[in-house]
Amino acid sequence: MIFGLSVVFVLTSILTVAGALAAALLKNLVHCALSLTVTFAGLALLYLQLDAQFAGFSQILVYIGAVAILVVFAILLTRGSGIPEYRSYSSSWLAGVAIAAGVFALLAWAVVTSLPASPASAAPQVSVQQIGQALMSGYVLPLEIVAVLLTVALIGAVIVAMPEASKGDAK
Amino acid sequence: MTPLAAFLIVAALVFAIGLAISLTRRNAILVLIGIELMLNAANLNLIAFWRFGPHPEALTGMMFAIFSIAVAAAEAAVGLGLAIAYHRSKKTTDLDAMTRMKG
Amino acid sequence: MSQSSPFWTNFDQVFVLLRHWIESFFPLWLQPAVGTVLGVVAIVAAFPGIFALTTVLERKGLGRMQNRLGPNRVGPLGILQPVADGIKSLTKEDIVPLTADAAVHFLAPVVLVIAVFLGFAVLPIGRNMVLANLDAGLLFFFAIGASTELSVFMAGWSSRNKYSLLGAMRAVAQMISYEVPLLLSSVVAVMIAGSLSTVKIVEAQSGFTGIFPHWYVFTPWGFAGFALFVVAALAETNRSPFDLPEGESELVAGYFTEYSGFKFALFFLGEYLGMFSIAGFAITLFLGGWGAPLSILGFVPSWAWFFAKLFCAIAFFIWLRGTLPRLRQDQLMNFAWKFMLPMSLLNLLVAGAWRFLGEGWSRWVFGSAVLLLAYGLLGRVLMRHQHLGARSYRYAD
Repeated sequence: MIFGLSVVFVLTSILTVAGALAAALLKNLVHCALSLTVTFAGLALLYLQLDAQFAGFSQILVYIGAVAILVVFAILLTRGSGIPEYRSYSSSWLAGVAIAAGVFALLAWAVVTSLPASPASAAPQVSVQQIGQALMSGYVLPLEIVAVLLTVALIGAVIVAMPEASKGDAK
Repeated sequence: MTPLAAFLIVAALVFAIGLAISLTRRNAILVLIGIELMLNAANLNLIAFWRFGPHPEALTGMMFAIFSIAVAAAEAAVGLGLAIAYHRSKKTTDLDAMTRMKG
Repeated sequence: MSQSSPFWTNFDQVFVLLRHWIESFFPLWLQPAVGTVLGVVAIVAAFPGIFALTTVLERKGLGRMQNRLGPNRVGPLGILQPVADGIKSLTKEDIVPLTADAAVHFLAPVVLVIAVFLGFAVLPIGRNMVLANLDAGLLFFFAIGASTELSVFMAGWSSRNKYSLLGAMRAVAQMISYEVPLLLSSVVAVMIAGSLSTVKIVEAQSGFTGIFPHWYVFTPWGFAGFALFVVAALAETNRSPFDLPEGESELVAGYFTEYSGFKFALFFLGEYLGMFSIAGFAITLFLGGWGAPLSILGFVPSWAWFFAKLFCAIAFFIWLRGTLPRLRQDQLMNFAWKFMLPMSLLNLLVAGAWRFLGEGWSRWVFGSAVLLLAYGLLGRVLMRHQHLGARSYRYAD
């Protein structure tokens, strides 16, 4: 136990933050996307440590299995598979880093100086059946709205990315 | 440091790194990667508060996180579609060159 | 001796008893860790052993189907061929192209093999014989399966080779397209069993009416789900007839063109182990897992039934490989999105109606009618532009 935290937690958080830093600093775009995948995996492990099994496995299925592949395909389709010919960092990068550091300092200050939480309750025994019941009873409206949203996003993404049909032969 | 505070600090760190990516890198797809990192950090916050909160059996935090994962995936799809569409017409993904609305 | 005598029960649980005996040598706080390590060792020893056996069986089986002998030089009837293959792959020079991305090139087979071995953790091999009894076991398996696509892409992209990249893009597109029918066709078993845990799904199929088992494959929705699952599983593991991404006559070797020696062997191992784990899941979801096919045969150990069913599934896959021609990429994608997705959605409807209509003959009639009608209509509509001639056979003399 280091500072009262378990070794597994410390190792997983180091992995997650290292992946995020690598995504920020690497020049090759595909390497950035792959270190993003490492970050997603680290976050899924953190969810599993918080006894959120369903959220952890959904994170792996959706983010690593779909979003990471989507990002990688987009990088390849925009021919970014090497180091881009323009500079990697924009000219105002110092301001961006300063803003991010300021945001982190504010959040960390808020966490550290807030009142200590009530003692950690025992691990909640959440079965997938309870999640299913909740989705069908209390959360059925968000479920249906998310379904409509996903359909709209699917159709929208296809239409946005579709090559324009040539109008030459419609005269 | 309580476990809850530790998880929140890690989430804040990932959020700040995602924000830095979105603000400093020039490639449009990397900006989207930064946005995904920020959404993930918010999800970690939600799950941490759900676990260490007063009523974990109400499943509110977990539900919120699951819906957030779904919405973030949809947003990534549309955003990347936009980046691909822009590249098709202008042959670049350099954000510093995307200064005009025309096209 | 009678069916439920202690001898047969102990024989069924022999591996569990062995594990308890080994654990008893360790202090109490270390016992769960030792049990897990023993389970991992068993999986890592057993399934690559089955892989070795499958390589020689496949080559001999394909050879016989193609009217030739398979490998028959190494050992009696060629049985020791995997040993020769293993020695060859370990001693071959490991060539990495000069412009390849070395780190990603190295990590791709590692990621594949890790992801595939993780999938075996939730497979119930026998009564009380599952490595991790997760509440969301099925979700875990599909999540890990989705991670294998990333390793395929890593392999193809890092080789900096047009054939590799093309093969990788085709493979990833195929795997993503067939993942949707795979998940949807497995959801029907989850609906009726009421749990995502693989152990509970197998236990829900362990009843008998008379001497016939309650396997899900013997119901209309279960049969359709099983057929859809098997077809989608073939496509997920890039197995013929869906092996366009790696067909030798198409793309040299697809995404693992630039791999040689041990890394190629790792890819080969990963692909076959993926096939075993997804066949194991088809058995768990629809064929009753470790259950016996007739109640009078219940004395045979549960793990023996599982491996027998796995062996039958492997033989079926080898048979398909030797028989069916390869599908083209556009035929693959059309099949996934226009046929399998609507059929799996209809299957969900039929399974829901099965629950809703309650016991009796009406649900059998309704389920079978809907599925057969949909199959016929969809088939006719999708094939209306194909004009097939009369079938002709040519035999080798």
